[in-house]
Amino acid sequence: MIITYEDIIIKTLTRVLAPFLQLYALYVLAHGHYSPGGGFQGGVILGASIILMVIAFGLDTARKRLTEKADIVLLCIGLLIYSGVGALCLALGGNFLDYSQLTKILPVTVAKARSLGILFVETGVALGVMAVMVSLFYDISTGGLPPER
Amino acid sequence: MKVFALLTVIIIGGLLVYGAEDFPKWGDPQGPGSVHVSPRYIQGTYIETGTPNVVTAVVADYRGYDTMGETVVIFTAGVACILMLRGKKRGEGEGDV
Repeated sequence: MIITYEDIIIKTLTRVLAPFLQLYALYVLAHGHYSPGGGFQGGVILGASIILMVIAFGLDTARKRLTEKADIVLLCIGLLIYSGVGALCLALGGNFLDYSQLTKILPVTVAKARSLGILFVETGVALGVMAVMVSLFYDISTGGLPPER
Repeated sequence: MKVFALLTVIIIGGLLVYGAEDFPKWGDPQGPGSVHVSPRYIQGTYIETGTPNVVTAVVADYRGYDTMGETVVIFTAGVACILMLRGKKRGEGEGDV
């Protein structure tokens, strides 16, 4: 069980840092086309911001912000986005994960469609990785016990 | 028995080091790893996918099926931990999962 210390420095620092951490995670995710980064890295940073919140404000506060049920839903949505994009390409008449088929529903060129397809699946990866990190941290820090409410 | 294990490790390790002599030089432009599919990726990535980062294009586009498998692995690991850790205490905990 994580014990909360009443420390104004840690709490204030987390309050200031967390939004920038999450913004940076989105930057790493969206800028993966041009620099090192992508879904896995962005998802880990996003999960780390939630874990930082657990460390500074305690488990109960964090679990009110992001409940365990919502976390599992996010985990499933992440995988669903990835496989859904693949299945959409299949439904549009191409191979599985053949993003060039997205030109049939989006007004873009083939190269741009494949670039967008990469961004879509990376978003799914980021959501899944973030949810797994947070879920593992919740489970290990509570021993799997449900919240006391 | 320990001497036998140590001898086995030394012999097999020596064989591996001996075999590594035949590998192509690290970073050799004429090595098999550099002439098979790499030129195709390096030349075609920006034209075909509009993505300057070759690594991202290979991971998420050319080998997207592989990356989907990785995501499924992470998903399975998370779900397995949820099933093991949360299921164990279900008898004494009154809340649902």
